[in-house]
Amino acid sequence: MSARTQCEERGVIQRECAAIRAQFRQADNGGRSHNLAKLLYVHMLGYPAHFGQMECVRMIASPRYSEKRVGYLGAMMLLDEKQDASLLITNSIKNDLSHSNQYVQSLALCTLACMGSAEMCRDLAPEIDRLLRASNSYIKKKAALCAVHIVRKVHDLGELFAPAARSLLAEKNHGVLHGAVVLIIELCERNPETLERFRKVLPDLVQIMKGLVLSGYSPEHDVAGISDPFLQVRILRLLRILGHNNEGASDAMNDLLAQVATNTDSTKTVGNAVLYETVLTVLDIKSESGLRVLAVNILGRFLLNNDRNIRYIAMTSLQKIVGTDHNAVQRHRGTIVDCLKDQDASVKRRALELSLALVSASNVRSMMKELLLFLSSCPAELKAHAASGIFNAAERYAPSQRWHIDTILHVLTTAGGDVRDETVPNLIQLITNASELHCYTVHKLYRALLTDISQQSLVQVACWCIGEYGDLLLRGECQETEAVQVTEDDVLDALETVLQSHMSSPTRITDNVDRIRSIVSIYGSCIDVELQQRAVEYNALFKKYDHMRYATRCPLVIRSLRMDVNVCDLLDLLGGSEETLQPSPAVGAPAPGLLINTASTAGGDLLDLLGVLEPAPLAPAPTVPVYEKDGVTLTLSCEKQSDTGLTVTLTASNSTDSDISSFTLQAAVPKSVQLHMKAPSGDSLPARGTAKVTQVVVLNNPNKVGLTHTHTNIHTHDTVQIDSFPGLDAAGQ
Amino acid sequence: MIKFVLMVNRQGQTRLSRYYQPVELSRRAPLEADVVRCCLSRKKDQCSFVEYKDFKLVYRQYAALYIVVGVSDSENELSVYELVHNFVEVLDKYFSRVSELDIMFNLDRVHIILDEMIQNGRVVETNRSRVLAPLAALDKMADG
Repeated sequence: MSARTQCEERGVIQRECAAIRAQFRQADNGGRSHNLAKLLYVHMLGYPAHFGQMECVRMIASPRYSEKRVGYLGAMMLLDEKQDASLLITNSIKNDLSHSNQYVQSLALCTLACMGSAEMCRDLAPEIDRLLRASNSYIKKKAALCAVHIVRKVHDLGELFAPAARSLLAEKNHGVLHGAVVLIIELCERNPETLERFRKVLPDLVQIMKGLVLSGYSPEHDVAGISDPFLQVRILRLLRILGHNNEGASDAMNDLLAQVATNTDSTKTVGNAVLYETVLTVLDIKSESGLRVLAVNILGRFLLNNDRNIRYIAMTSLQKIVGTDHNAVQRHRGTIVDCLKDQDASVKRRALELSLALVSASNVRSMMKELLLFLSSCPAELKAHAASGIFNAAERYAPSQRWHIDTILHVLTTAGGDVRDETVPNLIQLITNASELHCYTVHKLYRALLTDISQQSLVQVACWCIGEYGDLLLRGECQETEAVQVTEDDVLDALETVLQSHMSSPTRITDNVDRIRSIVSIYGSCIDVELQQRAVEYNALFKKYDHMRYATRCPLVIRSLRMDVNVCDLLDLLGGSEETLQPSPAVGAPAPGLLINTASTAGGDLLDLLGVLEPAPLAPAPTVPVYEKDGVTLTLSCEKQSDTGLTVTLTASNSTDSDISSFTLQAAVPKSVQLHMKAPSGDSLPARGTAKVTQVVVLNNPNKVGLTHTHTNIHTHDTVQIDSFPGLDAAGQ
Repeated sequence: MIKFVLMVNRQGQTRLSRYYQPVELSRRAPLEADVVRCCLSRKKDQCSFVEYKDFKLVYRQYAALYIVVGVSDSENELSVYELVHNFVEVLDKYFSRVSELDIMFNLDRVHIILDEMIQNGRVVETNRSRVLAPLAALDKMADG
């Protein structure tokens, strides 16, 4: 298969498949097995090969061993019990199970074990049982594993195999023993009564194990100096199941486990595999304390091993027992903390979890130092977990409040972006409770905010804090940290940078706007009337802000609303001058009018801010939204230029998530009116209202104007009729 | 238990795949690609055990070929690690210094060897000569 591209490969495959199909249709020829083998390769690559299924069935029934072999292999790969063709091979399997050639028998067993359906299993179970008892070892071991499959498919048949399984333990052949142990494990896991019965064979198992561990070199089973480690591991697993929650059984295997633990050579991985299984067994049964300490020490030795794999599994096991054998694990704390600096990501993750579990009142300061160090250099996927773990640990064992707050600040500055959302309210709660540290806290937060505003949670907490304790900040003195002269300007600048940075990403602004809004609403119910009024107005401002949603000029709000009042309350500073936010006296004018109508100089900038209308003339005209559909909003504002003339400014904005292009406005007027449309400011409306399109229309003697507009994204054609112009009556017709 | 055995080369081409738990054909290719990507991206000094979705992967690299075994959570990883090596040693003995081409051109035989060693997701036989005995018989029958 030397195809270079996917396409070429498909071509080659198709040709081959066609050839194979043709060959299959022909009568018996010698190359059938070869073709089926080719088909299997094709199947492995992922191409459909179901036309080979019938061929498998045919080949299984063939008398030739080579064809049978490939036929069965094909059956295992291409068929499963859901296919109809699998029923057809049932008979073949049944016959082959009693074949004279043991290899044919084994093929049948193998296939049955692989894809036998429940009916087939039920049908053939007695056959398997017979094979378990009276055949050669080659067949017995395969029959044992076939029985495992049967038991899994049809649970009640477990009873059938139990006696046979027991007698198999007397075999010498390791393959058979292995199969027997696996079968017993399966039976015990399924049925607690069987488990009880098999506890009686414990002495036999212990004997076998002893033989394996203490015997000399046996060339047949040796793997790097250990005698059949696979069997040892398997037996240890069975011992674990038998000894779990059972005093008697656990006692019986105590000596053996100690022996295995001490005698096994741990210089090679194989030995370590056996030791690992031993440790798992010891920890899972009701072993005596001496044995447990031995097991934990083995794990501790693993931690110092050069092989990363071994360190990893040691930590996994320690994790499981840190709850129950806490003191034993504490002894290895140093090594575990060192593993935080390991290269491997899996090892780091394990070390982190284990370290967090080991934090206690006595070692919290040193552990936290290590953990914070880890946090600054840890991989991104672990940051959130590490941060929340540190928070929990800090909460439970903090030696002092100031230390607690320091730790939290440290986390926020290093990994604020990854901190989970619910930690922010918790933090705020904590800061509120640490009343004597408010001054200190707010100073530190302010300084942190100055250096870095990219961490969202940090910004949130800092803003809140400054809002709450801004007076402490501006007072400029603090016992716990060096004094910094902070003026209102600085605070404003800081907040301005925050808002400005959030401007560019329209989604984030809601979070912080909400925050400021919440501060605002607190003051809404304040006793001071001034503050209250400002809070309410500001809330209204924010409501409109949401609706309009654009970014460029907002900081001007803060700047322009600054006043020289020496109340250092943040809100006052944002609230602006007295008259600025008076609601417009014009009746029926919606909130935009609120912003337009200002007399003081401070407010003048607000108009620029909105950019909706031309700079206000002496009697500013209100705007009216005349069309709102599908996210497109059209507002209209008029100014009387002369007795018969009227200038209408149409503003369109788009609050959907996609841009609208080729937006045009057309106006039609009755015959009595003259219409002159000036060029629009643009013809595309970007998404989410980040910019608007305005168009000025001059009308002479207006009475009725019909407006049509088209926008090409969704070819709608809407007509809006405007019967009367707002504000016109007030201005006079 | 063992869920699957894969042999994949560095270009991501599957050379051997055997599933002991039924996995739909359409899901196999993406699974294999994902598993391989996971293993190929790991550096030399990283652990051979990977936690993948809800089970574990044990992988070993032999020259340009990666052998990846997916095992359930309860399995002893070190044991499986050794099993992979055992398998390679058996292949070595049969093919006399096995290479990737040997596996490609004798896929059915490799499957037979694998079947002798692992059945139904459990280890059946680990002794080299006993694993190869049926195959030797088969070869003799084919010649004779």
